[in-house]
Amino acid sequence: MSYIIFFIAALGTLAGAIGVITLKDPFYSVLALVAHLISLAVLFMLLQAEFVAAAQVVVYAGAVMVLYVFVVSYVGGQNLPSGQGPGRGGMLGAFACGGALVIELFIAVLGSGLKAIGTDGAHVVAGFGNPERIGTLFLTKFLAPFEIASYLLLLAAVGAVTLARRRGGLDDGEEDWPTISAIDFLRPRPYYTGTMAEGFGHADELSAAHAAERQERPT
Amino acid sequence: MTIAWYLAVSALVFAIGAAGVLIRRNPLVVLLCLELMLNAANLALIGFSKMWGNNDGQIFALIVMVVAACEVTVGLGVIVAMHRRRLPIDVDAMRELQG
Repeated sequence: MSYIIFFIAALGTLAGAIGVITLKDPFYSVLALVAHLISLAVLFMLLQAEFVAAAQVVVYAGAVMVLYVFVVSYVGGQNLPSGQGPGRGGMLGAFACGGALVIELFIAVLGSGLKAIGTDGAHVVAGFGNPERIGTLFLTKFLAPFEIASYLLLLAAVGAVTLARRRGGLDDGEEDWPTISAIDFLRPRPYYTGTMAEGFGHADELSAAHAAERQERPT
Repeated sequence: MTIAWYLAVSALVFAIGAAGVLIRRNPLVVLLCLELMLNAANLALIGFSKMWGNNDGQIFALIVMVVAACEVTVGLGVIVAMHRRRLPIDVDAMRELQG
């Protein structure tokens, strides 16, 4: 049974990977990557890494891919290159590189002389990859990598916000940003504060229209 | 299923990702191909974790996923900033990153 599941999942993994690099539309590439990630999660389950498989589906195939879909639909398809490769010679060179890499990895990994590589792996106890085991390891043996990973995520979030800010980031930033004091939090806020309309600078018109509408309406 | 099969799948996916980085010109797809390579490495790590009967490889795979998520956020931020500045979304046209 596990043979059948393995071959189905491995075929899905490889088909998804080939789909990512061959499909013309980047949106379809993202969908192919989602299929690839879900097949890969099945392979992780077969290797008894249940928690990693769940994290793969939830974090990767869920959240990260949603981010990709947002950016693909934001950037749009009109000014994207057609997806054509760099000509025939470049294509051949790339496939030669890929083929050489496969052969090299096969030699390095399968010919490594590791005896256990031809077995099903060590006999593991029940609950080998469950969240309890992973969490215990993260909070004892791997505490420092865990904390460093959280700092890395924080830095990445700040960096992404800085880069993708409406203006600034890559501009030279010659504008005066509004300053906020503590009294501003006590004042009554205008309508449409904190909405996307405010972000695009339409909050004043919209709140004026809203006030006018409220005056017209009989109370 | 022996560990060697998983490692073979991992090697193939890694090579497909590397070829994709070389042949595609859209930076979004180049980032997707980087994800493919990181996932291939994850599969190998988890295969070796099973081979040793030790959970350390799975921890390593989770940290790789964190690093991949960071790479994605910063990479997509750069692409969005390029789009805002009306730069061409094409890795062949990107000569510099001086802002």
